[in-house]
Amino acid sequence: MEWTFIDTWIVVTAMLSAMSCALLGNYLVLRRMSMMGDAISHAVLPGLAIAFILTGSRESLPMLLGATIVGVLTTFLVQAVVKLSGLDKGASMGVIFTTLFALGLILIRQAADHVDLDPGCVLYGAIELTPLDVIPLFGMEIPQAAVTNAAMLAVNLAFVLVFYKELKITSFDPALATTIGINASVMHYILMTLVAATAIASFESVGSILVIAMLIIPGAAAHLLTDRLWLLLVLSLVIAAMCAVLGHVSAITVPVWFGFRDTSTAGMMAVAAGGIFLAAFLFAPRYGLVSRMIRQGALALKIVKDDVMGLLYRFEEVAPDDAGALGIEELKDALEGGASVRLAVWDLLRTKRIRRRAGGFALTDTGLGESAGIIRSHRLWESYLCGKMRYCMASVHASAHRLEHVTDPAMQAELDRAVGHPVRDPHDKKIPD
Amino acid sequence: MGRPLPANTVFRKRCRKAADMQTPEANDKTAGVPPREASHRRSSQGAPNPGRGPGNGPDIMPDAIDDATAPLSVKDLTVAYQRKPVLWDVELTLPEGRLIAVVGPNGAGKSTLIKAILGLVPRASGRVSIYGKPYEAQRHLVGYVPQRESVDWDFPVNALDVVAMGFYRKIGWLRPVTRSHRLAAVKELEKVGMADYAHRQISQLSGGQQQRIFLARALAQDARIYFMDEPFAGVDTATERAIIALLKDLKASGKTCVVVHHDLQTVPTYFDHVVLLNMRVVAHGPTEAVFTEENLKKTYGGRLTLLSQAFYELSKDPRLPRGTKGSQE
Repeated sequence: MEWTFIDTWIVVTAMLSAMSCALLGNYLVLRRMSMMGDAISHAVLPGLAIAFILTGSRESLPMLLGATIVGVLTTFLVQAVVKLSGLDKGASMGVIFTTLFALGLILIRQAADHVDLDPGCVLYGAIELTPLDVIPLFGMEIPQAAVTNAAMLAVNLAFVLVFYKELKITSFDPALATTIGINASVMHYILMTLVAATAIASFESVGSILVIAMLIIPGAAAHLLTDRLWLLLVLSLVIAAMCAVLGHVSAITVPVWFGFRDTSTAGMMAVAAGGIFLAAFLFAPRYGLVSRMIRQGALALKIVKDDVMGLLYRFEEVAPDDAGALGIEELKDALEGGASVRLAVWDLLRTKRIRRRAGGFALTDTGLGESAGIIRSHRLWESYLCGKMRYCMASVHASAHRLEHVTDPAMQAELDRAVGHPVRDPHDKKIPD
Repeated sequence: MGRPLPANTVFRKRCRKAADMQTPEANDKTAGVPPREASHRRSSQGAPNPGRGPGNGPDIMPDAIDDATAPLSVKDLTVAYQRKPVLWDVELTLPEGRLIAVVGPNGAGKSTLIKAILGLVPRASGRVSIYGKPYEAQRHLVGYVPQRESVDWDFPVNALDVVAMGFYRKIGWLRPVTRSHRLAAVKELEKVGMADYAHRQISQLSGGQQQRIFLARALAQDARIYFMDEPFAGVDTATERAIIALLKDLKASGKTCVVVHHDLQTVPTYFDHVVLLNMRVVAHGPTEAVFTEENLKKTYGGRLTLLSQAFYELSKDPRLPRGTKGSQE
């Protein structure tokens, strides 16, 4: 891998543009209007084209202006279509942004075909070329795109910091916000205006596909990682920056490993964003798939362990003194489980709740105390369901069996009080203390 | 591109007609007369007011409330979603320091009434004043508890953040929430028994706990009149008791609470004032006088079908805007 100052500028530009998109994108994700980012970033194209046709140049300012106007127009048009036609918002966005996007493409083809404003560039951007278009600043030659995106990021940062509280309340509870004089729809339109401006500022460098990816993915991934708004904003910026670095590095290395030429940085950034989202989706501490599976697995194992101990307790309760002990096969048959029973038994042995005895298992003193608690919950529930709720069918055992696993000591005491401290359950079995 | 034509334009026109008949002079003349007479006079003048025949006017108990000091006074309020009117010609003056239930069948416009008062849905006609001045000038006196389902509980905030939102108006634009606000928010949480949950993400709270968070936020608003939209909907008994205790506290400190309520059985025990609503105000006044079987029949029974029929006929009017389907309620 050969790293030059050009690579540095590519990464810096990509980072700035990804971060400015991600920052506002958080609010699109939180307001459940991610599609609006999609719509705006497509719909600004005719604004871009018209600004170009009118001024005849690719100056940033007129383009920014034209695109922002059309972007805001899009949000109004979407609202208007929803109101007038009764279509739902998604369909309305679909109609508006595809039409505007197509119009933009036609305009570019017809009027601006002879210059380097080509549709492909709009879709994928030309970040590899941005370091060539430099302007002098602070005695350095800085790529114009980096300056534009840095300015946009600064504006967005200022907006989010200054209106942090107002953005929070209008996103969470627009009705309350409006009643206390923070007009939710005004905030909505300011946000949309900035989204449009940001989209256009990033357009040139990273293209519309990446704008959409960077508006939505960092925010969505960050939301899986945290429940605090400020942390979510910070994390989304970090994720966006990571996408830029990972994207460019893999764009210039990964294809080479397989004997191809290096590929588009913008494309690889979107892939990196998807990868980061996937990782967050799988491994996030609270909402990740893996941790949820682990929690569910732990709960399932606890239930099997409770059942094994309950079974041993009942067995010891009724078995004559000279009876043998329950073995693993009998436990498996009784609990209709295989590997889970084996795992539960292993864990119970490990934590010394049961011990081996005469080719089978018996409860230790610890295990006896705990299982008495489970059986107590079970039999109290049976008494409660039968006595208080008049639910005395055979299935009362099954219900009690489910409830015993979720009964903590406080609930048990309450239950005991509710059924009047019984000594025996409806099946005339003794309720252990 | 102009703004889309509001779907309720036609109603606005009609209501303006109705309002025109009541000229300022007429207004002055009726100032001392209880609203009952005023509305009768209008219907006898033939204002388009389907469903309200002679003698069917709202049974408003002359409560001797002065409009200029009443916490809430609503005049001639009409609201329509798309082309379907939801509230028709609502006249309401509420006394101070009471717990007031807004009761009526589904689709009677209870939530809409509150939203229209607070300017959250456009009014086709009508005036709302809070303590004698237009609502817009009196926002600081008003607290609002929206329906629990109206917000996204997966939003990345904790209980404390939500309660602190009650201080936002006081804090003002561009200023941050400070430590003292957070401490004050914890105090409000204590009042609803939720201080232990201050740092809990709001999606991890039960429905009743979420409702209590909303109430704590309303307390933080420190208003004089509160509007609560179904605070008792789907809450556990502990929360119901907490809400009732809270309402009594508010009443004791002279606040007025207007509460949309679903459970008819508990109305007489919880509330001392009732507004019976079914697209229009059927009756309002002290609970013992107004909460009668006859009035409830009027609110929930027979006449509803007649009104709906009339509005159905109205909706076929070819002059109404076309192609608006779906409704917001």
